[in-house]
Amino acid sequence: MIEVGKYLIFLGPLIVIAVFWAMATVERRQSGEPGAKSFFGRNGIAISVFLLAAVGLWAIIMIVLPQLYMVDFSFHPKLPPRDYGGPNDHYTLDSYRYFIFGSTTSMDHLNVIHLKAFFMTIFASIIVTAINFCICYPMAYYMAQVATPERLRLFMLMLIAPFWVNEILRAFAFRVLFGTSGLINNFLLGIGVIAEPIDFLGLDVAMYTGLSYAYLLMMMFPLYNAIESLDRNQIEAARDLGAPWWHIHLFVVMPFAKPGIASGCTMVFMLTAGALAAPLILGGPNTLWFTPIVYDRFYQAFNWPQGSAYAFILLLTCVVFVLAVLRVFKVSLGEITR
Amino acid sequence: MNSRFVMKAMIGFYILIFFTYLFGPLVVMGVTAFNTPNYPQAYPFEGFTFKWFAMLAKDDELITGLKTSVLIGIGVVCVAVPVGLAAAIIMTQIYWRARSLYYLVVVSPVLTPGIILGISTVIFWKDVTSWTGAKFLFNGYFLTILGQSTFISAYSMLVFLSRLQRFDRAQEEAALDLGASYPQVFRHILLPFLKPAVLSASVLAFLASFENYNTTTFAILAEKTLVTVLAGRVRQGTTPTLSALAVIIVAITVVGAVIYEVLRRAEQKKADAAKATALAAEAATPVAVAA
Repeated sequence: MIEVGKYLIFLGPLIVIAVFWAMATVERRQSGEPGAKSFFGRNGIAISVFLLAAVGLWAIIMIVLPQLYMVDFSFHPKLPPRDYGGPNDHYTLDSYRYFIFGSTTSMDHLNVIHLKAFFMTIFASIIVTAINFCICYPMAYYMAQVATPERLRLFMLMLIAPFWVNEILRAFAFRVLFGTSGLINNFLLGIGVIAEPIDFLGLDVAMYTGLSYAYLLMMMFPLYNAIESLDRNQIEAARDLGAPWWHIHLFVVMPFAKPGIASGCTMVFMLTAGALAAPLILGGPNTLWFTPIVYDRFYQAFNWPQGSAYAFILLLTCVVFVLAVLRVFKVSLGEITR
Repeated sequence: MNSRFVMKAMIGFYILIFFTYLFGPLVVMGVTAFNTPNYPQAYPFEGFTFKWFAMLAKDDELITGLKTSVLIGIGVVCVAVPVGLAAAIIMTQIYWRARSLYYLVVVSPVLTPGIILGISTVIFWKDVTSWTGAKFLFNGYFLTILGQSTFISAYSMLVFLSRLQRFDRAQEEAALDLGASYPQVFRHILLPFLKPAVLSASVLAFLASFENYNTTTFAILAEKTLVTVLAGRVRQGTTPTLSALAVIIVAITVVGAVIYEVLRRAEQKKADAAKATALAAEAATPVAVAA
């Protein structure tokens, strides 16, 4: 029932672990240090078993295997369950072909709707990330370097408070605000600026505003943490030497806060590109966002391999983006997730 | 002096705009919870009412969803906190060549879009449960707990790691020198040291689970959590009952924040007092220090 690909998926991680374990054992023997103890000797049997079982189950069964399995699944054709492992079950690029050409057989036309949505999502996510940075940077700087401790505490509380309300209700709030009979339209109609209500939802204004709002904290805290550790004297020194304020930010604060900027930008980008609630709730009828399409592949079209392929494409894009950011900012993964 | 004043005014204006953006939508939504029209409307304000709150209490679907959310949240805490603890401890002991690969693997769920975690969990367990015949495991509760724990464990691991960074190895060595075994060190030194982190990781895990939509919406299958019920409602249309629910959530939050702040201040005062007495005692006994 399980073919070769599946064996690789299930055995691969175990082989990697075994190799590392063997290397560790060999090196410990060779070093011959009397203090070096094996993992079991060090923790005792009971605790060792707990540690290994917990992390093993998590890392292998919850993280690695499902991901590998999803990728494998995306290279299979759509089949009824009884045909799994049967003669029709073979590796195929059908799902990916569909993503690009809108058909599994013909290559005449591009799948304009899906491709457009995909690139729009990437592009819009980058814009949202940039907007988020512009909104948050002055605030983060103010809190980290200017604000008094009491004011800092107050601002922190005020920042966190709106994010206790859940994502869906926050999106709902924007719907109330931007709806055709929402506050903004009523206000604009009332003062006579417009004669007809503007369809903010259809124009995606609401969606972009909501998306920028949704992940504000993910940008704010890394920035704040990074700027906070900057020595005040450096800023004073730059100022004394006659640097204008934008020089100070561009050449002193920002280079110092690079890991924070990188961290905030990757987090916001990933979350925005993978956002589902805001596009579903705030997107207009013609909205092009990629995650609702992935959702529809699963629960409207019931084509799971295709959904997996789309999910994998999204995942790959995010990985490429993270690697690019790491390269550009010259920071390590450890600095980002701190 | 004049340009300084302009600068200050600009900063003040920016902060005002910033918090208006942050609170504006929520305030508007809050107002609609008390307005009479059937559509959430803040302006014009047609009449004050509590009827949306009353309707909320009778909404069975929301209440069932709430129960499911709480159950799943508890499940996630039970899985994610021990796993995060174990993962953080292994991080400090793992073979150095394997460390960066290990870190990459266990941190990756934080950087993976939530829908992908949900999708991969469902696909993987659908097949695994059908091979092993354990079909009863293919249900919304089980899959959602697993799917959410995948990334929430990583959150809690990060909480434990940041606490472990402040762990003084000298304590461990002292205990070992005094004849304690490694398990004893673990039980009596490491765990008590990590206790505050256990609490914050649990709270974080529960909230992250309760809030989650992206992973849940795929993994929940036929069940419904509060958040997925809400999402369905908001997509269908908007009624002021949702505003009422948001008002309740905000009220609980504000009360919680105030209590937390009061407790923190009290503790701070106690700590300051203790420090003051310790300092006074030290000052009073210079001889003992000198000897």
